[in-house]
Amino acid sequence: MSEMKYLLFMGCTIPYRLSSYEVSARKVLNNLGVKLVEMPEFNCCGLPMDIVNHDLMLTLSARNICIAEREGLNILALCNGCFSTLNETNKILKEDRETREKVEKYLAENNMSYKGTIDVKHLVHVLAEDVGYEKIKGTVKKPLNQVSVAQHSGCHILRPSKYVGRDDPENPTMLKNLIKLTGAQCLNYAGETECCGNPIIGVNEEIPFQLAREKLNNVKAVGAQALITVCPFCHVMFDANQSRIERAFNEKYNMPVLHYTQLLGLAMGFTQEELGISELRVKPTIF
Amino acid sequence: MTESKTIKNDEMNPNFKYEMSKIPGAERIMLCYQCGTCTADCPISRFSDFYKPRRIARMVQFGLKDRLLSDDHLWLCSTCYACVDHCPQNVEPASIVRALRNMVVKERNKMPLVSRELATSLLKSGYIYAMPESRLKRRVEQGLPPLPKTNVKEIERIFKVTGFTSLLENAKTFEKVAK
Repeated sequence: MSEMKYLLFMGCTIPYRLSSYEVSARKVLNNLGVKLVEMPEFNCCGLPMDIVNHDLMLTLSARNICIAEREGLNILALCNGCFSTLNETNKILKEDRETREKVEKYLAENNMSYKGTIDVKHLVHVLAEDVGYEKIKGTVKKPLNQVSVAQHSGCHILRPSKYVGRDDPENPTMLKNLIKLTGAQCLNYAGETECCGNPIIGVNEEIPFQLAREKLNNVKAVGAQALITVCPFCHVMFDANQSRIERAFNEKYNMPVLHYTQLLGLAMGFTQEELGISELRVKPTIF
Repeated sequence: MTESKTIKNDEMNPNFKYEMSKIPGAERIMLCYQCGTCTADCPISRFSDFYKPRRIARMVQFGLKDRLLSDDHLWLCSTCYACVDHCPQNVEPASIVRALRNMVVKERNKMPLVSRELATSLLKSGYIYAMPESRLKRRVEQGLPPLPKTNVKEIERIFKVTGFTSLLENAKTFEKVAK
């Protein structure tokens, strides 16, 4: 088997407000023998700019891909948004000649040129496809047999399926399978593939709060003791905003929201401290 | 979208749908047959009286450009892409909304305040947020490698060549969109 080595694409939100995701991801990936190379000189993936200027998004994203091509490594993104943007740009540039010519012209300003030699993956894809379930299972030292959780994969590692296409967008199973490897039970609930709402929180809070409220209630209704995410935006929506949602609707969820890498890390035998569990707003008491 | 009012002949621009169908992602707008799958599956539509992808697609077909570009509800799409995945005609409503938003920025010089703030930070540092010193120090304490610094000159060039630098300088902004 070839060496598992990736350029880590961290994006903006994780270093800005969710280092617990980065800390725990580095721990578990290292334990699985996945080598991470720091991505030099990267910029924001481009996603937040798509709504204001599609060409700007494509070019910012393509610049990152060119850097990865120079390094000769595939990209591993921890954030759904970064994955989706880089992956979509990579596919568009590979398949759409007209767009590629336009973006190449923009890239040339920086003496860069797109080659189409690398692949973009999300953490979930790396774990499920490259590392593999068997290998992960072998690293579980303290199975979380007493724990029942629910998962929220988030939109951008599922849709649009014409660009992602790695999991079933209507009934995603990758994250569920990964959760089961930790020994925890993964419960089904209503509206699993629904959006967290966070992308529009800058212009409207009411709708994202409604969506997150539904999700938290649905997860609670099936008896989940924690919600597991793999995206910093979804995580912020359900964890950091949870108390505000509780106040807005006069409800109480008390639902811990863990990054998948924290759940796996616990099962591997890392301590809560090593995994940044204390940084979560809603403190889990079940582990 | 905001109010129902009778469509007048002189509001309808018959060329608008052709203009739209040249934009990447919006090519198949004329194939929309108003089945409503997009609106039925849209999480935003469940909570908004005005944001309805099916209606937006019809308004594009009718050529109601001015009504579309003056309506801030366009900014409520959360890009979950359920409409894109489920449309039986592959119309990609979310991409049409993106094309319309891009058009608002370009032709009406208007964007959400939050977009202007993120873009400004990106232009300065490569990140959409200004990373405070305290966080960078904390990384050292946590044993994390230093945060990569980008080549800001290259970002400036990308903003400029895509025409966004001037759009950003001149943009009027708005803060909130009522549901």
